[in-house]
Amino acid sequence: MKTLIEFTLNGEVVECLVDNQRTLLKMIREDFDLTGAKEGCGAGECGACTIIVNGKALNACLVLAVEADGTEITTIEGLVVDGELDPLQVSFIDNAALQCGYCTPGMIMTAKAMLVENPHPTENEIREGISGNLCRCTGYKKIIEAIQVVADQNKA
Amino acid sequence: MKFVGTSVKRVDGVKKVTGSLKYVDDIKLSKMLYVAVKRSPHPHAKILSINFEKALAIKGVKDIITGDLFTKRGGLYLEDKNFLAVGKVRYRGEAVVAVCAISEEIAQSALEFIDIEYEVLPAVTNAKDAMKPDSPLVHPDLGEYKWAPVFFPVPGTNISNHYTLRKGDAKKAFETADFVVENDFYVPHVQHVPIETHTAIAQMDADGFMTVWASCQSPYAVRQALSEAFDLPLNRLRVLSPAVGGGFGSKAGTTLEGILIPFAKKFPDHPVKLTYSRQDEFENAYVRQGLHARIKTGVNKDGKIIAVENEFIWDGGAYNEYGVNIAKAAGYASAGPYDIENVYTDSYCVYTNHPVGGPYRGFGMSEIHFGIEQNLDMVAEQIGIDPVEIRRINGMKPGGVTGTGEVVEVAGLMECLDIAVEEIKFYEKSESTSPTKVRGKGIACGWKAPSMPTNAASSAIIKLNEDGTAHLLVSAQDIGQGSDTVMTQIAAEVLSISPEKITIRTGDTDQTPYEWQTVASRITYSAGRAVFEAANDAMNQLLELAQIKIGLSKRDLELRDGYVVSKIYPDRKVAISELALGLTFEDGSGIHGPIIGRGAFIPPNVRNADKKTGLGEHPVVFWTYGAQGIEVEVDLETGAVKILKVVSVFDVGKVMNPQLLEGQMEGAIAQGIGTALFEELMLKDGKVLNPSFVDYKIPTADDMPEMVIKFVENPEDTGPFGARGVAEPAMVPTAPAIANAIYAATGIRLNTMPLTAERVLNAIKAKNND
Repeated sequence: MKTLIEFTLNGEVVECLVDNQRTLLKMIREDFDLTGAKEGCGAGECGACTIIVNGKALNACLVLAVEADGTEITTIEGLVVDGELDPLQVSFIDNAALQCGYCTPGMIMTAKAMLVENPHPTENEIREGISGNLCRCTGYKKIIEAIQVVADQNKA
Repeated sequence: MKFVGTSVKRVDGVKKVTGSLKYVDDIKLSKMLYVAVKRSPHPHAKILSINFEKALAIKGVKDIITGDLFTKRGGLYLEDKNFLAVGKVRYRGEAVVAVCAISEEIAQSALEFIDIEYEVLPAVTNAKDAMKPDSPLVHPDLGEYKWAPVFFPVPGTNISNHYTLRKGDAKKAFETADFVVENDFYVPHVQHVPIETHTAIAQMDADGFMTVWASCQSPYAVRQALSEAFDLPLNRLRVLSPAVGGGFGSKAGTTLEGILIPFAKKFPDHPVKLTYSRQDEFENAYVRQGLHARIKTGVNKDGKIIAVENEFIWDGGAYNEYGVNIAKAAGYASAGPYDIENVYTDSYCVYTNHPVGGPYRGFGMSEIHFGIEQNLDMVAEQIGIDPVEIRRINGMKPGGVTGTGEVVEVAGLMECLDIAVEEIKFYEKSESTSPTKVRGKGIACGWKAPSMPTNAASSAIIKLNEDGTAHLLVSAQDIGQGSDTVMTQIAAEVLSISPEKITIRTGDTDQTPYEWQTVASRITYSAGRAVFEAANDAMNQLLELAQIKIGLSKRDLELRDGYVVSKIYPDRKVAISELALGLTFEDGSGIHGPIIGRGAFIPPNVRNADKKTGLGEHPVVFWTYGAQGIEVEVDLETGAVKILKVVSVFDVGKVMNPQLLEGQMEGAIAQGIGTALFEELMLKDGKVLNPSFVDYKIPTADDMPEMVIKFVENPEDTGPFGARGVAEPAMVPTAPAIANAIYAATGIRLNTMPLTAERVLNAIKAKNND
């Protein structure tokens, strides 16, 4: 069974005739070829598939695609506007907050949603905010610093 | 220096933060077929029959294969493995039947229509039991297998490698020792847990040319293994590793790629794909081997250790093709970073019906140091000196002799130790603000050598472009450690052009030159040296042409900011862009042609150790030394251990990129903390009980302490700009330093990892009841 859904994806209104069983992650990756969001576990435990739906960070592997109908979705690919990287993306590079890069899109999307909700997080709030996103490479310190830098820019 | 030693930003940064880097699972090809694998439910069983007719009849199922089709065994050091089980299964989860279908869903759903009849065999799920004479044999035909001559399997037993080290006369020395301290330690299996699971795609063209895309650390090793297993000539087999989402050893050698080749052969022009689920990753990717260690130390009253005796029993699991070398590496390092005259070590890699052991960051060092460094603290306590002093007395110093009898010229251990002691304020007592919590500080040292064949080679090519930019080609893989950036920095430094002017290409056996493997913390050192040589070769060619053009001798010329410049008359110069395609004269004629720099490297003079004694003048290329100081807080009511601060200090030879190096050290600490405190692959009767992130926790941002990272730079002569490897050594001291800190806080000594709250609490209770 398939359902025709319509939603906003990275600023564009799109339609998709999607299998009812397909996850949101799979639809984004396979039907829209946006492969920045990764499947790390398929069970909502690692955060590698994090995207922003209606302003909230969401594990796309846990949601069925049909539920996207009428929503507004931003993926990592939607953060670059007119060729300009998002301040978080710049900060992740500047602070070496990435290594293998597999968790990075999800981590940045979680941070993005967090900073929208709470523009001035404390270090502990940042730690807590990204604690659902697993990274095996970095030890998190530089990720926390990268987010802190952007949060501090918000203050200015 | 302009670029080496500075925090050049990651050259792969933009692709990674924008999500545009294509990992293997992101590759979309037309006509893709998908593979699913039926796995063994038994840890040890004979395969009596396989019936897959019903599954084959399902619409969309293209083909089904079993191990009988490909019975040739393979393996990196010991040929004991098939991609699909042949005759019997040796661990729970072993691949038995593979289904190829037009969708992942169909392939998966077909599995339940495959009937396999097994005759269950007695299983052995403890490495110590596996060494007993009456144990079931995991590989009864071991004697018929092939192995590299530096390993010592014992046919007729489960011992896949028995490494021996015999230095001096340890037995005699123990008789004269003032004190002897002997303890047993156990380190369980753990998982690498890269966030990207293993995945591969294979496709054969109509003319029989095979292409494999693999999330692998070592495309050349995968090519070699597949070539051997399937009789494919190396020039007809291309392996690409476009990006690796975390390796830590799990994607070394070859893993799942071979399952795809038969299907790719059968369906030309169809890419065939297999991706591990997270459960597969926990159960069927390599695991870090379990270790039973017994360590005996003889010491004199003055603190001088005169003898050690070690027995390491490695639970290598069902296949030990890679694990045999972990037993060997552990044997080499078994004296620890200490200068000890008499060393007696037996290190056994043992077959069990457990998941397959393999390389994991540290390659045995984290495991053995958990025992070595705790035993040392116990020795110190016994003779009444402090943990720092015992390490100062015995720690390796320049001119010291290793356990394998090698005189070392470079050893920055004492400097590392001093900095760690100072930064952790080892001698200052720190008090918890809570009456039910106690604090303690621990110290541990560590060392590691690259565990690789003595002749492991690297190569690099630099092509200069006519606008003065360059391409750098290597097969060293950036698995997150930042090698693309560091390789670029090395080339930029020698050529004196900015890193932005260099494009690095890696991971393609058709296009990028040979690299043995991206393992063993050898890439900055070995591939880096090859890049250094390639850049120097290009530079020499430029200087040759420039001396004709400028009319000044080559020795008075140098590269500077995109020009060949006279050292004496700086205004006499020629742009390298002008020479990139060769030198053209006024009459229109030209010489030389394009500048292509070639670099190749094998670590010099590394020779096999003596087979019986394990002794050798230079059996490993170098040792990397370091020390960590760690402060913990233990909750006496719950047993929970909180890491407050970690100081990590290593002698890296040369800091190539401070920011990236710090990242390596911090990541190593995270893995060290996870494995020390809570990570364990729970095994019962061969079954993995916790194959998910719900039940197998890895550290999150919440678990990380304050980290202080410091470096010492005693150059490695043969390394590029003096660099040596450090990515693995960096996690070696973490677990024992935590254990020693827990002892300092509570007086309890824990010999079994992980140091869970439950284990700590039980030990506290037991101590209080004494």
